[in-house]
Amino acid sequence: MHKLLRQIVKVGIRTEAPPQADDSLRQITDRLNQEVLRLLGRALAIRHVDAGSCNGCELEIHALANPYYNIEGLGIRFVASPRHADMLMVTGPVSRNMEQALRRTYEATPEPKLVLAIGDCGCSGGIFGDGYASCGRVASVIPVDVAVPGCPPPPAAIMQGILTAVRAPAQGFR
Amino acid sequence: MAPELPGVQFEPLAGSVAAWRAAVDAQQWLRAGEDIADRGGRLAALWASDDTDRGAGLCVRALLVSFEGLICLELRMPERDASFPDLSQSFPCADRMQRAVHDLCGARALTPDGDAADPRPWLRHGAWPEDIFPLRRNVAASARWPAQPDAYRFVTVEGDGVHEIPVGPVHAGTIEPGHFRFSVVGERVLRLEERLGYTHKGIEKRFEQMSLADAIRLAGRVSGDSTVAYAWAYAMALESISGAQVSERALRLRALLLERERIANHLGDLGYLGNDAGLAFGLAQFSRLKEDVLRLNARLFGHRYLMDRIVPGGVALDVDPAAIAVLLDEADRIEREVRALRAIYDDHAGLQDRFMTCGRLAPDTAVRLGVVGLAARACGIALDARAHPGYAPYTELQPKVITERAGDVAARVNVRFEELFESLRLERRILRHLPAGERVAPLAVAPEGGFGFGWVEGWRGEVFVALEAGAAGTVRRCHPHDPSWQNWPALEHAILGNIVPDFPLINKSFNLSYAGQDL
Repeated sequence: MHKLLRQIVKVGIRTEAPPQADDSLRQITDRLNQEVLRLLGRALAIRHVDAGSCNGCELEIHALANPYYNIEGLGIRFVASPRHADMLMVTGPVSRNMEQALRRTYEATPEPKLVLAIGDCGCSGGIFGDGYASCGRVASVIPVDVAVPGCPPPPAAIMQGILTAVRAPAQGFR
Repeated sequence: MAPELPGVQFEPLAGSVAAWRAAVDAQQWLRAGEDIADRGGRLAALWASDDTDRGAGLCVRALLVSFEGLICLELRMPERDASFPDLSQSFPCADRMQRAVHDLCGARALTPDGDAADPRPWLRHGAWPEDIFPLRRNVAASARWPAQPDAYRFVTVEGDGVHEIPVGPVHAGTIEPGHFRFSVVGERVLRLEERLGYTHKGIEKRFEQMSLADAIRLAGRVSGDSTVAYAWAYAMALESISGAQVSERALRLRALLLERERIANHLGDLGYLGNDAGLAFGLAQFSRLKEDVLRLNARLFGHRYLMDRIVPGGVALDVDPAAIAVLLDEADRIEREVRALRAIYDDHAGLQDRFMTCGRLAPDTAVRLGVVGLAARACGIALDARAHPGYAPYTELQPKVITERAGDVAARVNVRFEELFESLRLERRILRHLPAGERVAPLAVAPEGGFGFGWVEGWRGEVFVALEAGAAGTVRRCHPHDPSWQNWPALEHAILGNIVPDFPLINKSFNLSYAGQDL
């Protein structure tokens, strides 16, 4: 046990400052009022859905939990059920085999059903595009609030996407 | 040394790995499979292509690994009612691959009685009709069909107190989609049946719309966590077709990237394995070290996961003496820290109690199932393509093959620790003895019909790419094969007799790719 405690003390706190919101990532604006956003911004529950990704974006979503990004420190949690979620974080081009599962997950999510599309594939279909087995971008299946490009987008960019979705737009409410 | 099978003519293939191909008839196909299985060989991959546009019907290929090297059997079939003999009696892992062949190409594996070996679909859920085969040449890449009914028959277990727990495709954590059907009594698992294919997005069809040069980017996105292994395997296949001589420096830099991919993934897994056994400390520490490796990748090589750093003919990066110094420093620091963390893991009674005897895969089961990679090495099976048959530059680097005997979660944890240290040793060796040489060798135009293989030991296991060149530098057919095809069925065995709450830990200890096998 002493080794473990010594390691914790030796490493110390490595968490870095979170990024600022970026309005250019918004796909839909003025959907939620400031009060709702203020509440969500302090305690956000996210349900991740891999709708057909290559698993690259998943690696970066995992990285959000490491001590450098420490996403839970911002009051943001990943939850096990869409019924507990304020936001869906969707990766991948939506494969046809996942289309129904994604729709059902969306239906099971309570309002306000924020949706964040992650990665080039989620934004545009990426290198996989549309085809006999792929519906392409996430927005072709469910409405998307914020889209974060990148292959895969680094953790700070994903975090910026999350924070953008729960912050009032710079011009929207002023 | 060419392989010998009665009546079969083997044609050697050019390239970095010893490989032969042979056209066989149905009887030779079956006989060769039995023969190679008897001699301790295994099935590496099985896939089909449509050559009707050349008047050559359909062709199903079985890639076998024998002592001599790779043996590719090619069986041609007429397009109508195409069928080939079922290989799953010799190689149980053939079952899912054969079902995928039917879903995509419409060739059915038949038992000697003429029945379908397993008539259930594997990759086709409902996205296309039963009588449409998307990899056929007459199916347009842009074709779409309305959703079809999807009624998959799981094997049901009956008896007093047996009930089923269906899980997925959307899982409780940040995991890829797949469906697990547990049949349990109380907490004990009597049977697990997997249903995969949810992330099938038509990658093999997509390849056929790309040029040979561009397609390496797609190969690097078959399974994102193994992007280096896939890109290298693809490059190896293309270079064998076009006869490129990649410089020793570029080969060593590829090995550097592959070992860094192994290091990053093993660090991540070791953290999650601690976490899944209740030690969140492990996740915090190992994920910090993994992030350090990724950040250095981004700084020196321009991408955290090293995507698109391997290009046909060489690499898209180089290291200068300053970068080498930084990398060597990092290797020493990671080794020091991981040794300290390993002492904590090893001494932690609660953690070892969860790891040991949990999710045990018996060595004979592993051999029978054709398990590969890390999971095989954890049951004492010394398979590692870097060591045998070996390919440049590993023939000179001489990697040590790490094995453990217990086949449980603890063994898979220990293999990861030891492989991490071995990868750090290889990384240092590469960096200290880096010969001068060009970054990218020029690539001759690949002749139409040229056919080649790539075979790379990724962190999870061996990755294959079979590539056939089309006219004017296009891809005619590309089949990437993930080690998860072989290892997923092994998970169904490793869970038997364990309790449901141990499944996440056991699953993580294998850490298989969904995207890689769903394609």
